[in-house]
Amino acid sequence: MRQYWSWITSGTALAICFLLAVILVKPIGVSTQFVIADGVLWSLFDDSLITTDTDSKSGYASTNAYLDKSGGKYAAAVENPINYSFLFVLAMIFGAWLASRFNRPTTPPDTASQPVCRLGDQRSARLLRAFIGGAIVLFGARLAGGCTSGHMMSGMMQTSLSGYLFAAGAFAVAVPTAIFLYGRR
Amino acid sequence: MKIILALILGTLFGFVLQRVGATDSRKIWGMLTLRDLHLAKAILFAIGVSSIVLFAGMSIGIIDAGHLSVKSSYNGVIVGGMLLGLGWAIAGYCPGTGVAAMGEGKPDAFVYVLGGLAGAFLYTLSYGAIADSWLFSPIGGGKVTLAATGEYSALIATPSAMLVALVLGGLFAAFAVLAPKKI
Repeated sequence: MRQYWSWITSGTALAICFLLAVILVKPIGVSTQFVIADGVLWSLFDDSLITTDTDSKSGYASTNAYLDKSGGKYAAAVENPINYSFLFVLAMIFGAWLASRFNRPTTPPDTASQPVCRLGDQRSARLLRAFIGGAIVLFGARLAGGCTSGHMMSGMMQTSLSGYLFAAGAFAVAVPTAIFLYGRR
Repeated sequence: MKIILALILGTLFGFVLQRVGATDSRKIWGMLTLRDLHLAKAILFAIGVSSIVLFAGMSIGIIDAGHLSVKSSYNGVIVGGMLLGLGWAIAGYCPGTGVAAMGEGKPDAFVYVLGGLAGAFLYTLSYGAIADSWLFSPIGGGKVTLAATGEYSALIATPSAMLVALVLGGLFAAFAVLAPKKI
């Protein structure tokens, strides 16, 4: 088992991250950047996806209704992916790599604590679950307008009603699903 | 300047997510099956403490309320939250922790992010068809908070937003302290 911080150190460190972000720039959010990454890839194949538009608030418009919404906010980010929110998420990849680089397991990985899924535990089954789970999570996060970072942590920190609604919906389904798939032992 | 802050704050957040164990799907399943509440205690504590400090900072004027960004409340927040909960339990990652776990070099996290890109793309294509549906009917007035911020309308209209935040944040922190590590 890798060495993790105690819950109180963990909670304090997370609080510092979310506070620093809102004090210096804006609340943390992640899931929007999946859409921006998709848009960047999509625009490689479709030159007409993003257009400049002096009438829109962001100066950009899109043939896709979602990228075009809120004054072309997402269209602008797709056109200029070197922006705060996108780089923030890319930097998270580096940060986690850095942390794990100096956090080697002290003992061989503890395979006994790997939960057993009732849908099968072959490598292919686990990867398939990761793909399908990822697709459902991001579809849901975009419908909700945010994910665990944006709605739950940043949202509830600001006492936003949306954060409470989101957290209630997420845990109401996640807990029974996890218990069904992985059991209590 | 913002670009540099993005790199510093993003690196810090990714680092912390790894060290708290949030990028370990076993820890997520431990929390969601209520066997190991280490992460739940950390999250509750983080929400409570950050909320109290945020509102204290705004009330004495050292934190700019203009930096807040409150999201809208509508039916899709609950439905989308439920979908996210389903996928979270299946995969063991949420968007942020999946991205961070990919940085750790976990193969399942890499596949998770690919799945996430596919799911987000499917939503991008579907949005036009559902944009006018009941899913986007507002709840409780849309962009609202419980404690007054001066930027958005508040559900609890008292003279002291700080008091509301202190009570709510205190409840979260108390739950974090009192919750057992294991059930």
